[in-house]
Amino acid sequence: MTLRMPEPLFAALGLAVTLLVAATIGASVSTRIRRPLRDAEVRLRIRMWWFIVAGFFMALVLDRRLSVVALGLVSFVAFKEFLTLAPTRRADNKVLLWAYLAIPLQYFWAGSGVYGIFSVFIPVYLFLLLPIRMALVGDTHGFLRSVGVIHWGLMTTVFCVSHLAFMLALPDLPGLKNSGVSLLFYLVVLTQLNDTAHYLVNRRFGRHPVLATVRPGLSIEGMAAGIALTTLAGVALAPWFTPFTWAQAVIAGLLIGLFGFLGFVATAAIERDLGVRESGHFLPGHGGLLERLDSLMFSAPLFFHFAYDQFYR
Amino acid sequence: MKKLLRILFVVLVAKPIIVFWLGLTIRHRERLPTRGPAIIAANHNSHLDTVALLSLFPLEDVPNVRPVAAADYFMKPGFMRWFSLNVIGIIPVSRGGVVEGVDPLAECYAALERGEILLIFPEGSRGEPEKMAELKSGISFIAKRFPTVPVIPVFMRGLGKSMGKGTFIPIPFFVDVFIGRPFSWTGEKTSFMDRLREAFAHLQKKVPAQPLE
Repeated sequence: MTLRMPEPLFAALGLAVTLLVAATIGASVSTRIRRPLRDAEVRLRIRMWWFIVAGFFMALVLDRRLSVVALGLVSFVAFKEFLTLAPTRRADNKVLLWAYLAIPLQYFWAGSGVYGIFSVFIPVYLFLLLPIRMALVGDTHGFLRSVGVIHWGLMTTVFCVSHLAFMLALPDLPGLKNSGVSLLFYLVVLTQLNDTAHYLVNRRFGRHPVLATVRPGLSIEGMAAGIALTTLAGVALAPWFTPFTWAQAVIAGLLIGLFGFLGFVATAAIERDLGVRESGHFLPGHGGLLERLDSLMFSAPLFFHFAYDQFYR
Repeated sequence: MKKLLRILFVVLVAKPIIVFWLGLTIRHRERLPTRGPAIIAANHNSHLDTVALLSLFPLEDVPNVRPVAAADYFMKPGFMRWFSLNVIGIIPVSRGGVVEGVDPLAECYAALERGEILLIFPEGSRGEPEKMAELKSGISFIAKRFPTVPVIPVFMRGLGKSMGKGTFIPIPFFVDVFIGRPFSWTGEKTSFMDRLREAFAHLQKKVPAQPLE
């Protein structure tokens, strides 16, 4: 009789659930002792992890298409958040309707795993279609700015995020069960680890400020610790969740660590420009979801193309 | 039958549009009255304002909530009239004061006497999206007649951006709703209207601005 080892993915999710139960209990106990404000941040993070784990279980146990739909809803809410914060003109409402209609289509391409149309639908077709529709409305005042706002929102919150859904549709590689879901898990865990390490080290050991005009409180220490830890974890987790050699894992870890950080910085610059951060909201509808997605929006397409070029071409 | 229609409208149309398609952040929901008589005074930018306000109430209270609306617009014969009266449950009011000795607000008084909740938009019409217009004093006649009935100011932001005057498809934007502290008749028209104006100005500052150009 041979003892069957559970698949790494299931083991990891089981572990995640155990940790989350502990964290949820811990957070509810500590709320009564410590100041509530910092706990709100912690509780939001725990809640987000519950959603992430639920999404992975849905993909593994129920149906991948459900997770694709769930990710489509994430894009919908994130795009809506972005447009609520960014300036648009009344004349743009007709254009915005088209932009919203692109979300189900993009996720349909992603879910069906059609690489060609998936990768050009928004960057080519909608890129050209939206300004045409906007010109047909006829209001030229503030045109360029407005079309830029809509394009940025669509590219980041829909196109970039939809790469997560496309990964779910990837076929299995030899020797790696549930390849797509495993790669996605690897990406999400590393990106979140990068965020958390960066946040904690920044708070505790941040001495040398970096990019203070974009977001005060960023430090070289936080950035370096995030990238180093992410790369290490990338190498350590690669044998279980990816087909990567150790050299490929180093590159993947560096990609996720560095561009997760840079994505965070780029999003912070936009938040600053819109005057969002100053008002200090992290509620849904006030940039709450965008704030959770910022680094993932940048690391997802880069990691995806790295993995895709190596193993799926 | 009418009650059922109104509840179905909230379940099947108002809630999905407001909660899912748009997305609502409500502050101080507990200030919303659960039983009448009461007067809710809200700012007005969109047809969605009524829909959003109706969606805030528990379902069993919905038939008790009566939006006060302009007769000249909503009582045009045909579908609009049927829909306004039976599905939205409006109290039609003719604009422009007393005509031929009939008080245009008589139905509003009757509703409050029955213990219903009035929804009033003191700006009168939707006007420019996301801008407040000068308040009309009609509400003060009602408050004067019912000096103990609470007036609850409500400020909503984002609905005019989503579906302003002249448009009929709501575009998804998050919406903020801030419910103010109740007050009642101050004893005199000018001070009452000032009190209402102040309440709106105060709430407006609390609700984060949404850029619109």
